[in-house]
Amino acid sequence: MIVKLDWFIVIVGLLLLSAAVMALLDRHNPKRYSSALFWALYAAIYLAGEQIPPAVTGLMMVLMALLAGFGGVALGRHSERTAEQRKDSAQRLGHRLLIPALLIPITTMIGSTLLKDVQVGGALLLDPKNLTLVSLGCGSVLAVASACWLTRATPMQALRESRRLTDHLGWALVLPHMLAVLGLLFTEAGMGKAVAHVVTSYINLDIRLVAVAVYCIGMALFTIIMGNGFAAFPVIAGGVGIPVLVGVYHANPAVMAAIGMFSAYCGTLLTPMAANFNIVPAALLDLPDKNAVIRAQIGTALPLLLANIALLYFLMNL
Amino acid sequence: MQQTVVNLWPLLGVAVIILGFALRAHPVLVVIAACAVTGLAASMPVHQLLETLGKAFVKTRNLPLILLLPLAAIGLLERYGLKEHAQASIARIRSATTGRLLIVYLAIRELSAAFGLTSLGGHPNMVRPLVAPMAQGAAEVRYPALTDELRHRIRAMAAATDNVGLFFGEDVFVAFGAIVLMQTILRGEGLEVDPLHVAMWGIPTAVTAFLIHSWRLHRLDAEIARAMQRGEGQP
Repeated sequence: MIVKLDWFIVIVGLLLLSAAVMALLDRHNPKRYSSALFWALYAAIYLAGEQIPPAVTGLMMVLMALLAGFGGVALGRHSERTAEQRKDSAQRLGHRLLIPALLIPITTMIGSTLLKDVQVGGALLLDPKNLTLVSLGCGSVLAVASACWLTRATPMQALRESRRLTDHLGWALVLPHMLAVLGLLFTEAGMGKAVAHVVTSYINLDIRLVAVAVYCIGMALFTIIMGNGFAAFPVIAGGVGIPVLVGVYHANPAVMAAIGMFSAYCGTLLTPMAANFNIVPAALLDLPDKNAVIRAQIGTALPLLLANIALLYFLMNL
Repeated sequence: MQQTVVNLWPLLGVAVIILGFALRAHPVLVVIAACAVTGLAASMPVHQLLETLGKAFVKTRNLPLILLLPLAAIGLLERYGLKEHAQASIARIRSATTGRLLIVYLAIRELSAAFGLTSLGGHPNMVRPLVAPMAQGAAEVRYPALTDELRHRIRAMAAATDNVGLFFGEDVFVAFGAIVLMQTILRGEGLEVDPLHVAMWGIPTAVTAFLIHSWRLHRLDAEIARAMQRGEGQP
């Protein structure tokens, strides 16, 4: 393959490293040394993660968590343009501003569909294992280039803007990453078996509706704990879905699987553990309440979970 | 009688998470505490625990790329007025309200995800620069004195709409990872399912999700109107 994921790992490493350097040079940041250390540690994970011994990267992760958790990562000072200036350039540039913004999703789409099997000189153009990420990376590079060309800004300014947003996200940026680590650890520690054991030993599954409800609510609850429907599915399908719904009540496995996974997604809408979907957007949108997105989703997730129970109950034997 | 020994100690990790979020402790600290407790409960020595954490941290480093890569372009465009432009464009469409706009976005997001085009939306590259400013702009045209509380509520709803559209659209797409995962797991348990059937049986829930969420978006308009009328009545 020609375009590899490693390139973008290095690009992100360099972005984080520049954020560290800019934080270090920022005299207005009250916590500039600890902030710089935080970003530098994260940059090292991308630039040299595979060369550093695992015990050391583990220690680095713990140190990053402690720095972030005890308020060591502070917002630096950024030169923002005034609202007037932004309105002026919005009027001057008009719809052309949308071109670089839309280049990101459009390139990602084209890359992951049309360019999937394209070969140049006998090698695949895009890394097939990480097609979407590589396409997104290409789209982002194209978007920066066209945005610089359109606004006559320097690439250095783009770097400063990237730092402004990473600074703004702060710890919310590393939370999804650390949660993914916790998820792997949970799996390794045998969490799935423990939960399935508790569910099946203490609840009476002899009533069809109870069994269906336990399956759907179990999916949602386990997803709330793990933050990821993919982690919940094997546990609850293996513990309740297959032995009880299919084994005892002869449910159609396709219906059991489809509605089970969607019940898990109802859980995803409700948990801070799914930080990428729920906590990061609250930070991205400057919401003072970090659970604001979850609150906005409760009204959809709970009725939908009830609807799933009803749908599974009526559709599973069709 | 069959005796199976299941180690229940790792559940302590879950208890730490629940307790931590209930006490509103810093999320990053809650996660690291849960890591420590889970590791100790599974009787891992400290060195091995650090190694496991380190390996997993490097292995999952692809995850933040999707968030980090678009930031430079989005930040630069914001500096040159992308949000202001999005708000000005929506203000020109008279019939646009926050609720209607988000219903249209929900439909586009869910349908495109159902055809496998999951990258069409997303929080850093669509919601922050375009969808949220437009949803907020549509309300500001009608109510110039929109309160901060409502602004936050609208932005949170914009993010929620992206999530609902993505989650309940993508599972209807046959080649999506979740369907492959379900098929693999069921096969491991000796059940053969056709991915097409799994995708098809997802449709009733996908439609229900669209109906429930668009009804709530529809009510959001009324909620904004009511809150603003109450506000105007006060001196």
